[in-house]
Amino acid sequence: MKLPASATAADRRLLPEGRLAGPMPWVIAIMMFLTALAGAAGLGIGAAAVELRQGLGERLTVQIVEANPDTRNAQARAALRTLSKLPEVKLATRVGDAEITRMLAPWFGAGGLGEDVPIPALIDVSLTPEGIDHGDMIAGALARVAPAAHVDNTSEWLGPLARLMHGLALLAAGIVLLMMGATAAAVVLAARGALNTHRATIDTLHLLGATDVQVARLFQRRIALDALFGGGIGFLAGILVILLLGAEISRVGSALLGVGHLPPAAWLLIAILPFLAMALATVTARITVVNALRQML
Amino acid sequence: MQFEEVGLRYGADAETLVDVSFTLEEGGFYFLTGPSGAGKTSLLKMLYLAQRPTRGKISMFGQEVTGLARDRLPGFRRRIGVVFQDFRLLSHLTVFDNIALPLRVAGVEEHDLQAPVREMLAWVGLAQRAEARPATLSGGEQQRVAIARAVIARPEILVADEPTGNVDPEMAARLLHLFDALNKLGTTLVVATHDLHLLSRVSRAQMMRLDRGRLSDPTGSLRYPPRSA
Ligand SMILES: Nc1ncnc2c1ncn2[C@@H]1O[C@H](COP(=O)(O)OP(=O)(O)O)[C@@H](O)[C@H]1O
Ligand SMILES: [Mg+2]
Repeated sequence: MKLPASATAADRRLLPEGRLAGPMPWVIAIMMFLTALAGAAGLGIGAAAVELRQGLGERLTVQIVEANPDTRNAQARAALRTLSKLPEVKLATRVGDAEITRMLAPWFGAGGLGEDVPIPALIDVSLTPEGIDHGDMIAGALARVAPAAHVDNTSEWLGPLARLMHGLALLAAGIVLLMMGATAAAVVLAARGALNTHRATIDTLHLLGATDVQVARLFQRRIALDALFGGGIGFLAGILVILLLGAEISRVGSALLGVGHLPPAAWLLIAILPFLAMALATVTARITVVNALRQML
Repeated sequence: MQFEEVGLRYGADAETLVDVSFTLEEGGFYFLTGPSGAGKTSLLKMLYLAQRPTRGKISMFGQEVTGLARDRLPGFRRRIGVVFQDFRLLSHLTVFDNIALPLRVAGVEEHDLQAPVREMLAWVGLAQRAEARPATLSGGEQQRVAIARAVIARPEILVADEPTGNVDPEMAARLLHLFDALNKLGTTLVVATHDLHLLSRVSRAQMMRLDRGRLSDPTGSLRYPPRSA
């Protein structure tokens, strides 16, 4: 009496033992290595960009530099009114003079600047997430009601940086997709090669009454295992590099680039990559093989 | 099993088979003879559904199969056993696994196929070679493996293409005896051969003769040697 599992073992013997797909597992290994790197970079940069925008990008400071205190206060009030009406602005508050004096103390001493040196009015603005990239528009709106207003626009430099990081993250996502496409192409080529190599076996199986599904299953399983093998190797190499690079980046102290401490969700995404590759290889192999078998009699 | 006005053309050449019509009786024993190149293998290929005719109609098991959908072919093929002219043994499989192939394809459980395969191995005298690879066998032994594989799933029709081409006369006689036994168990036999000695050995066999693509005795009533002029 044999175990039921031996039926599939016998099934597996229908094709010659050993690797089916030639160099395909290694091509997939390289692809998976690059995919893991691109994925980690993309997710890391993406997470850093979000952090950056949320941490710094949602704030904006308006200074009203005007020697005449009455004009200064009038413009400050006008600026506050205008700001509070803008949909991009979550909250606009004037920083009190006492606070300003306290902030300046380290530079000018506890006595402050004295009565004759004018202190600019400061308005602290929090923006809605949508408002982050609209610093210029806000400055334009203020210029009309408060000519002396000067917008210290963090988004002026943060915007391009955030856009760059966003672009890099998108690029990484694009690379991951291209790698998936290239993996599928490698599987198609390998499956066709394997079909050609085993054409005589397939014809014989067909003539003995094997169905396309039975034949396809043989190839599909082998190719899936080969893909998992290649994907696993590439993945491990990729993870190793990510960890080493991450450690280096943390050591440099580039907190700005949050890479190196990927969020758990990102790790999870990266961890499913080899299985995604195996699923992709299985489906691609099945479609390729079944399509090819349909051309036979 | 019926051929009606069947024609077969490979590529743009002249027809390899022309107007072939015949009916095979269930349980009959048929020899298909003719010189090399006459089209015997081509005719058998259509019979075991490895080749579709260019024209005409083929029916078997009470159904027309000429334009049968691909996914319906396996069901028919499993009812036909074939001894291929070139054996088509799978070189990476042992003798045992080659013979077990039709049963595995049909989904027979592993523990259910051990006994029939062992029995078949003994029947063709290869019990000692169960674990050997085909490449290590003699031509005659390979032929017997091919025959064992063709009959293991108890096909309703057994088609054999030159099954004695590679064996000495003694083995040819033994194989023919084996076919005879199968036929007596009810299997319809179609055996292509140009070995005229074989024909006289099965007295109830009927002969079909192909010459340059034409079947000269469509009813299969002629015997070899001819009964009378
Ligand atoms: N697949 C094929 N493609 C083209 N021509 C073929 C093919 N198979 C057989 N032929 C031709 O058909 C003719 C009959 O061949 P075959 O059926 O093998 O004859 P036999 O088995 O009687 O020797 C031969 O001329 C052969 O060259
Ligand atoms: Mg032939």
